[in-house]
Amino acid sequence: MRVFFLTLLLIVSLPSLNAATLAEYSFENPSQGEDFRAIIEEMRCLVCQNESLAGSNAELAVDLRNEIYDMMKQGQNKDEIIEFMVSRYGDFVLYNPPLKPTTYAIWFGPLIVFLIGSVVLFRILKRKSRTQETELSAEEQQRLNNLLKQSTDNRDVNQ
Amino acid sequence: MIPELGHFALILSLCLAVTQAVVPLVGSYTRTTSWMAASRTLAWGQFVFLSISLIILTNAFLANDFSVIYVAQHGNTKLPDMYKISAVWGAHEGSLLLWAFLLAAWSVAIASFSRNLPLEMVSRVLSVMGMISIGFLLFMLLTSNPFDRTFPVPFEGGELNPMLQDLGLAIHPPMLYMGYVGFSVAFAFAIAALLGGRLDASWARWSRPWTTVAWVFLTLGIVLGSWWAYYELGWGGWWFWDPVENASFLPWLVGTALIHSLAVTEKRGAFKSWTVLLAISAFSLSLLGTFLVRSGVLTSVHSFASDPARGVFILIFLLVVIGGSLLLYTWRAPYISGGGRFDLISRETFLLGNNLLLSVFAALVLLGTLAPLIYDALELGKISVGFPWFNKMFLLTTPFLALLMGIGSLSRWKHAEPSLLVKQLRVAFVISLLFGLLSLLPVFSGGNWLVGLGMGLAMWVATAHLVNLRDRLKHKHGFAGFWVDFKSGGRSYYGMLLAHLGVAVFIVGITMVSNFGYENDVRMSPGDVSEIAGHEFLFEGVNQIAGPNYNANRGRFQVTKDGEHIATLEPEKRTYFVQTRPMTEAAIDWGFTRDLYVSLGEPLGGGDWSLRLYYKPYVRWIWLGGVLMGLGGILAITDRRYRTARVRSAEAVNTAGVAPAVSGR
Amino acid sequence: MNRYLRYSIPLFIFAIIAAFLFKGLGLNPREIPSPLIGKPIPEFSLPTVENAETIVNKVDLNGKVYLLNVWATWCVSCRAEHETLVRLSRSGKVDIVGLNWKDERDKAQAWLRQLGDPYTINIFDKKGRTAIDLGVYGAPETFLVDSKGIIHYKHAGPMTMTLFNETLLPMIEDLKHKG
Repeated sequence: MRVFFLTLLLIVSLPSLNAATLAEYSFENPSQGEDFRAIIEEMRCLVCQNESLAGSNAELAVDLRNEIYDMMKQGQNKDEIIEFMVSRYGDFVLYNPPLKPTTYAIWFGPLIVFLIGSVVLFRILKRKSRTQETELSAEEQQRLNNLLKQSTDNRDVNQ
Repeated sequence: MIPELGHFALILSLCLAVTQAVVPLVGSYTRTTSWMAASRTLAWGQFVFLSISLIILTNAFLANDFSVIYVAQHGNTKLPDMYKISAVWGAHEGSLLLWAFLLAAWSVAIASFSRNLPLEMVSRVLSVMGMISIGFLLFMLLTSNPFDRTFPVPFEGGELNPMLQDLGLAIHPPMLYMGYVGFSVAFAFAIAALLGGRLDASWARWSRPWTTVAWVFLTLGIVLGSWWAYYELGWGGWWFWDPVENASFLPWLVGTALIHSLAVTEKRGAFKSWTVLLAISAFSLSLLGTFLVRSGVLTSVHSFASDPARGVFILIFLLVVIGGSLLLYTWRAPYISGGGRFDLISRETFLLGNNLLLSVFAALVLLGTLAPLIYDALELGKISVGFPWFNKMFLLTTPFLALLMGIGSLSRWKHAEPSLLVKQLRVAFVISLLFGLLSLLPVFSGGNWLVGLGMGLAMWVATAHLVNLRDRLKHKHGFAGFWVDFKSGGRSYYGMLLAHLGVAVFIVGITMVSNFGYENDVRMSPGDVSEIAGHEFLFEGVNQIAGPNYNANRGRFQVTKDGEHIATLEPEKRTYFVQTRPMTEAAIDWGFTRDLYVSLGEPLGGGDWSLRLYYKPYVRWIWLGGVLMGLGGILAITDRRYRTARVRSAEAVNTAGVAPAVSGR
Repeated sequence: MNRYLRYSIPLFIFAIIAAFLFKGLGLNPREIPSPLIGKPIPEFSLPTVENAETIVNKVDLNGKVYLLNVWATWCVSCRAEHETLVRLSRSGKVDIVGLNWKDERDKAQAWLRQLGDPYTINIFDKKGRTAIDLGVYGAPETFLVDSKGIIHYKHAGPMTMTLFNETLLPMIEDLKHKG
């Protein structure tokens, strides 16, 4: 166990923590600042367990934030920044998976699940409204009543 | 020597679990009363031995017995006693022991509160619980023994993860596990019913209170976890759709579907096979969550130290438990009778709709959680599926859920008169539409349709239920009449109202905090003032302080609004002695309509600090909503029909024990 | 039979999920494949560890198959793999180019004096900008680059003899043969 833990630590050493937060980034245009934050929040930090670039204090995250900040200062847009990151680290950095043929399953799968759900619903409803009335059988009802003899409130509570 | 006793108690528990799994089950088929009756004694025996184990491990932490590896890794002499206790379940091995202990506790609860159940049913239920227990005890003994020793004995322990040194997280895991493990009861009832072929309304009534209790624990556990993440992680978020969070949310979604579906099965005898499937799924997803968190197949913020050998074990366990029960389901479900007829417009329809929506949502969350793994396995590349995707899925499903919830609670079983429904809901609809549109006005959100949707839906849920309440209370006149009406509701009715109002409160919280929250990352020198949402934060500087097992920088802020003093906030940045990773302790001025939140970033030299200031409107409503849901559940369990049921015990066993299986064949 | 089919759907779904979970046990979710495989190494112009005046460019590396090893003195596992690198360079089977990542020059030089210098050229990337272009997310990382500067393989984590002999060496032989 301990050995395993140590190897885990050894496999990838991370740059040490460094002093920096988003306070250092200023934009003349407040909307640019919001865009900047939105972008780094949707980027996954590569060295941390599961944090965004905005939330991480790992040195690499700081460097990448600086890089993205410089790019924004130079007037590059969100798509260019995403392209910059993806060409180096792959789709892994994006918390919001890009729409492309291999990710169709993620983006259109839910609609299919939704569709299946609706089909199931309508089929059950169709079948139900056609079937004959089969109330609790008399015996079943009797047993139910016996079992949990309810003094006064033997009645539908939720109507 | 003492830790060995703990280990020995675990082995004894395993022996008892095996006996509990086999003997009562065989007895239930051979109709040997003494064998069946043994199930209760065996459950008690397991409980006693697991308690001994748990006490011994706790004692090892309190006594700083670092000869036990687990204690050496997570204990520390300087750890406050409270965290020594919570360290027992602070990591993998001990948390498994807690699982097993709680499972035994639930088993004992069944053994004690089941006098009204047929012995045959009790013995099968406890037998299934015994089987689950075997899995967990074997897992512990074979791969994760908390009592393993180490030599030479270290002088000092490795300390509990500082993130977990917090009251909220001390009680979060027990709550959550009570929920997970609690679903094993619903699961065991379902399996017992499938085995015995008796799946009827009384089955639903038996398992209903147990399921609700488990659901309440899970709800409160999740609320606690989210609240903890909010104040402890220092980034002001309350939900990140991390795999660990999803692992708890999945059983919750299915469990919520289950408690509603159980209602239909109890009242109307309908949806039986669906209810059984949900009962199996809720527990299966709890187990799946355990696998995801402990096997290391997914990257997550706060997962346990993972180990492939453990992953293999849990996977085999999953195959046996889930695969076995679904196989049983395939075999028996086709013979479950269909239940009563109902019209297209009826409470059944709306509950079914909500059930499917909850299940679809669960399926989507599962898809998103597993997607990175699936892509990797199919060699389609590494991807991340994070909060932007999940939030979209949330937006896709919850509006429908809220809509149906309003209609469903008002409509009657079997057949709801559409014209009456329209009449009842007309006012609610108009009010919520107006409210939604109003919130779009420039003074509020300036046309942000998400705000309109959220506020409209919250209002819809609230007003629809108020109409429901009004209709119930208007039958008799005068105060006495009102009181009669009020009492006629029954606690489960008010429980339902409270829980559903909780949903409305929850929606308001989410809508407000995600659309009107502000955050500010600033660099401040002592004496600087920073303004956020009309509140002025005066930074007085940072002092060094010493805690029991950490040193900290503590900042001090005076918050004023319009010149009036609001609060003094003291956020900390702690460095624990052993695990030196810096931890932020945010300072929060709690409020009903807003939180002010400060977290300390990094020193920037010359007394300057980088800081994060947040203004979080209505953020408490998110957890308040969750707490209301939990309270609603508690209220429902205390309903008379469950209490009276308990008193009439002996008689019930006699009548029911001999009654032949009615449906299910 | 048809009756059972409908009720076996949950079982099928579970079987599929279980298959993925099983496969997942053998995968490492933290290992990120490089999108740079098959692409040229990025442009750079950096000094060497030995001399701040000597500037190395991308083209200076062309002409030979080599391993590009990202290292730093603050990196624990770099120390663990260093001996392997020294042995590899002595064997003469492949050249190793170093990329010293976010480090200090005197520390790096002291490290090489003490532990041996396996690198033919040792690039000094103080700011880590070239490392970002290479998609480095931790040290050590090792790239296999051909004589035209195209990346063929990336390994994150310490170099081992097994990895070299079983995976890298065949690729190196192949690349040398081709070009």
